[in-house]
Amino acid sequence: MQDVGLEYCGLRQIDGPLLFLDGLKGVSFDEVVEITAPGGEQRLGQVLEVTEDAAVVQVFAGTTGLSNAGTRVRFTGKGLTIPVGRQTLGRVFDGLGRPKDDLPPVLSSVRLDVNGAPINPYAREYPRDFIQTGITSIDLMNSLVRGQKLPIFSGNGMPHNRIAAQITRQARLLDRDVSFAIVFAAMGVKYDVARFFIDSFEQSGVLGDVVMYLSLADDPSVERLVTPRAALTCAEYLAFEENMHVLVILTDMTNYCEALREIATARNEIPSRKGYPGYLYSDLAGLYERAGRVQGREGSITQVPILTMPSDDISHPVPDLTGYITEGQIVLDRELFQRGIYPPVAGLPSLSRLMKDGIGKGRTRDDHPHVASQLFAAYSHVKDIRALAAVIGEEELSPLDKLYMKFGEQFERTVISQAEFEDRSIQQSLELGWEALRILPRSELYRVTEEELSQFYDVKNGVADAAPPADPPGAG
Amino acid sequence: MVQNSPASTAGDTPRAAGRITRVNGPIVEARGMAGAGMLEVVEVSELRLIGEIIRVRDDVATIQVYEDTSGLKPGEPVFGTGMPLSVRLGPGLLGNIYDGIQRPLAQIMRHSGHYIRRGEKVPPLDATKQWGFEPLVKPGDAASPGQVFGRTQETQSVEHRLMLPPDVRGTVVEVAPAGDYNIDDVVCRVETGHGETISVTMAVDWPVRRQRPSTRRIAMDTPLVTGQRVVDTFFPIAMGGTAAIPGGFGTGKTMTQHALAKWSAARIIVYIGCGERGNEMTEVLREFPELIDPRSGRSLMERTILIANTSNMPVAAREVSIYTGITIAEYYRDMGYDVAVMADSTSRWAEALRELSGRLEEMPADEGFPAYLPTRLAEFYERGGKVRTLNGREGSVSVIGAVSPPGGDFSEPVTQHTSRFIRCFWALDRELANARHYPAISWLNSYSEYLDDIQGWWQQQDPAWREWRDALMEILQDEVKLQRVAKLVGPDALPEQQRLVLFIAETIKNAFLQQNSFDEVDMYCPPEKQVQMLRVLTQLFRRSRDLIRRGGTLADIRELPCMNRIVRMKSAVPNDQVDQLRELFERLNREFDEAERRLA
Repeated sequence: MQDVGLEYCGLRQIDGPLLFLDGLKGVSFDEVVEITAPGGEQRLGQVLEVTEDAAVVQVFAGTTGLSNAGTRVRFTGKGLTIPVGRQTLGRVFDGLGRPKDDLPPVLSSVRLDVNGAPINPYAREYPRDFIQTGITSIDLMNSLVRGQKLPIFSGNGMPHNRIAAQITRQARLLDRDVSFAIVFAAMGVKYDVARFFIDSFEQSGVLGDVVMYLSLADDPSVERLVTPRAALTCAEYLAFEENMHVLVILTDMTNYCEALREIATARNEIPSRKGYPGYLYSDLAGLYERAGRVQGREGSITQVPILTMPSDDISHPVPDLTGYITEGQIVLDRELFQRGIYPPVAGLPSLSRLMKDGIGKGRTRDDHPHVASQLFAAYSHVKDIRALAAVIGEEELSPLDKLYMKFGEQFERTVISQAEFEDRSIQQSLELGWEALRILPRSELYRVTEEELSQFYDVKNGVADAAPPADPPGAG
Repeated sequence: MVQNSPASTAGDTPRAAGRITRVNGPIVEARGMAGAGMLEVVEVSELRLIGEIIRVRDDVATIQVYEDTSGLKPGEPVFGTGMPLSVRLGPGLLGNIYDGIQRPLAQIMRHSGHYIRRGEKVPPLDATKQWGFEPLVKPGDAASPGQVFGRTQETQSVEHRLMLPPDVRGTVVEVAPAGDYNIDDVVCRVETGHGETISVTMAVDWPVRRQRPSTRRIAMDTPLVTGQRVVDTFFPIAMGGTAAIPGGFGTGKTMTQHALAKWSAARIIVYIGCGERGNEMTEVLREFPELIDPRSGRSLMERTILIANTSNMPVAAREVSIYTGITIAEYYRDMGYDVAVMADSTSRWAEALRELSGRLEEMPADEGFPAYLPTRLAEFYERGGKVRTLNGREGSVSVIGAVSPPGGDFSEPVTQHTSRFIRCFWALDRELANARHYPAISWLNSYSEYLDDIQGWWQQQDPAWREWRDALMEILQDEVKLQRVAKLVGPDALPEQQRLVLFIAETIKNAFLQQNSFDEVDMYCPPEKQVQMLRVLTQLFRRSRDLIRRGGTLADIRELPCMNRIVRMKSAVPNDQVDQLRELFERLNREFDEAERRLA
């Protein structure tokens, strides 16, 4: 940031994270400013609003220690940019994209604006390559595809970080031996969480393929507004210029939204729900929509944002608006968690919207869509029967309903549940699904075809090896 | 005044009108704008970003800018164009994909790659393309407003009827001979009563916020057949009707909209992706060209126009995108076509209004939405309808708007206001969606006010249609009451007749209401087949009721061999072999006859 810009001395007003300046000239909307505190310390900020002679500036590092008289502000005349390129792999940056790992700055001739630009919908390539995460509740029931944005809706204390780490460890495409580069952005999470991910990457030996942007809980909150943008800018370059497959983990989006609310409140904006600004949807979309694939490029960006739902409330504005933008959601369930089931992926509210085009014939296995649909239907029925059993007692249930109860138990204990270091192939996952379905009478299985029933249901020995040889996944 | 003359793509030399004084996100204020009119289009800064004047106070104009405003400075110029925000209408719209202000996204990609850069200026219609023009008037003919003076084949399945502007009356003095012309060539001249000669080309500009005129509205008596059973049979929409699809995330709004866009019996589909996902538009772009319209036998893309202003594209352009879409729809309506507009999602449009209103520091009403939200919604839905066009044809615009209520709570302002202006309400249900029952249209909370208007059409298919439909509806409603009891005492404690209702309701859900949009047969269900399925299910209920009255049990019915066939009839019976359902009906009767004999 060696650009010569106009420097002003003195402020009119400081309010929360915002500075109000008067008597300016030639300031442009959205440009980056460098602020020098009275003690000489440097901070970065950004212009939020300009009029002919005044501007509102948000300070990323907070306004503590600034004073009206002694603060100097220099306008750089450009937006916030970060260096990008393969050199960023293996590096750790702070929330604004500055090195945090005691290594020298990244030498790259390319610096990109963190805001990016919207991808032309016409230029997108529809995502349809199945990613095997080795987790049955995802692969079988809510399949992830390359270029999808699939968030984890969690709650405090639940193992979302372990699931995200397991995904990063095991994710692979079926037909190609390609590994993922990982871009990790932490917003307002504790140091332990960041440490957990670093250790996990280290153990699986992928640390050299990971870029980290860390804005931890003790970093200034406003900085979090830049962190995911920096991470996605880096990911976009790796994916669409360097043709890499990038998996982006953003955690925790709830903290990001709170930072946004803080700024909105400081600007006296009219709030919509729960004090969040009316543009929260557009703002989140500006992040989540930076996933996908584009025509003529091999690379892809797959996003797994993590958010904690305040009091496990899925209708809270943050999960609600996220769910409206992302292509599905993996919802973690408190009850399964309390029963010791890992991963506690809720059967019914979880959803992958892109699953339909990424699975089935030539992709995973022909029966996959039907098995998944049948499992959903049956498990949804289990929920009804459990409610009934709670009233009339389990003994009073009809024989068929008792089978459903048994199916529900098996589904949760063997299909959903697995070990943290267990990597199941999609064939194994499908076989587990059939094994659970075999508890139910044939006539109950109306979402699978007759041929599938005779091929898979009638196999009585129930050994995974009984499944036909793995389908060679077809053309992508 | 309407822009009649061939648009000289106004602003060849835009007047430098004012200077920017303030920038706040997409809202820019400029001074020195005394000459500018309300809703005039302006170009902001040397980047020539497109904006629209939304407030004028003294010589200060407030402008909403349709592109990202980063880097704009006070003092930069603002240029006036003297024109309201308009769309360009003419051959070449079909099969295209535009952003909210009608810039063709395919051309933008050719210019600037994967990302949309600022200040892109690409004409909406290809001016170099030659269209085969065929005149339908000759010199000396009287010319009336909206008259069809010629035609060109826009796609294999759609003939583009070229119309005189709605305010032109007089005599045709010259018309081009049949041949190839581009959209800027003058193909017709009309002398008006005032001695003025007006040159007409194949393309015309029309202001988006203004409804295109028609002679009068006419009664809606035909259903817009969608091929989706729960819609057509239970909650039908009329050709020219308005409908809303409210539903929380993951309940299948977009899937339902896509299914309607694919299979609706409209001649033209305008699909507006307003503030939604980019990949969904890509899906349409990838899938539609490969799907065959069951009526024309041609690719679905030939009748489709896409407006894509995804959630990450500028918010002001999202606000205008639904007007762009509906104006294009009205244009095809005026040619005498039935047009269906899908707006996904009107909530994102309302949020764009809210965001802009907030930046204008207007006083908010409900949940921060501006007080004029209901007015704007009403104006939008009122642009739907079936009309007698100026040229005497019948045309219609059906409007189907998705609504995304926060938290799936229908009591929020957008859902509430919308339900006042529509007559068909397809409420999506979270529980159905969780059980992967699609379309997740709830049969308890949905309604259609068109049922009585269009039942005549169905009764031509079969006079008993309404009776069957109402019988099944009653079963579904009864089931809810019985389920409440069953949840307390268990279904086995209910009398056999009531258990039958539960069983039949379950069968209706699986065999009729649920429709698999990925199944090659089931994705589209023609009306004849719906009627026959309805007949089979009604008969199943009636015969079962009688059988139980005679002492039969539910188990007897469950075990009838035809049950397996009934549950799978939606996909097992091909759409062009509906006779198989008549055979199934006979078989059902035979099996029940036999069961009754066994009992006796």
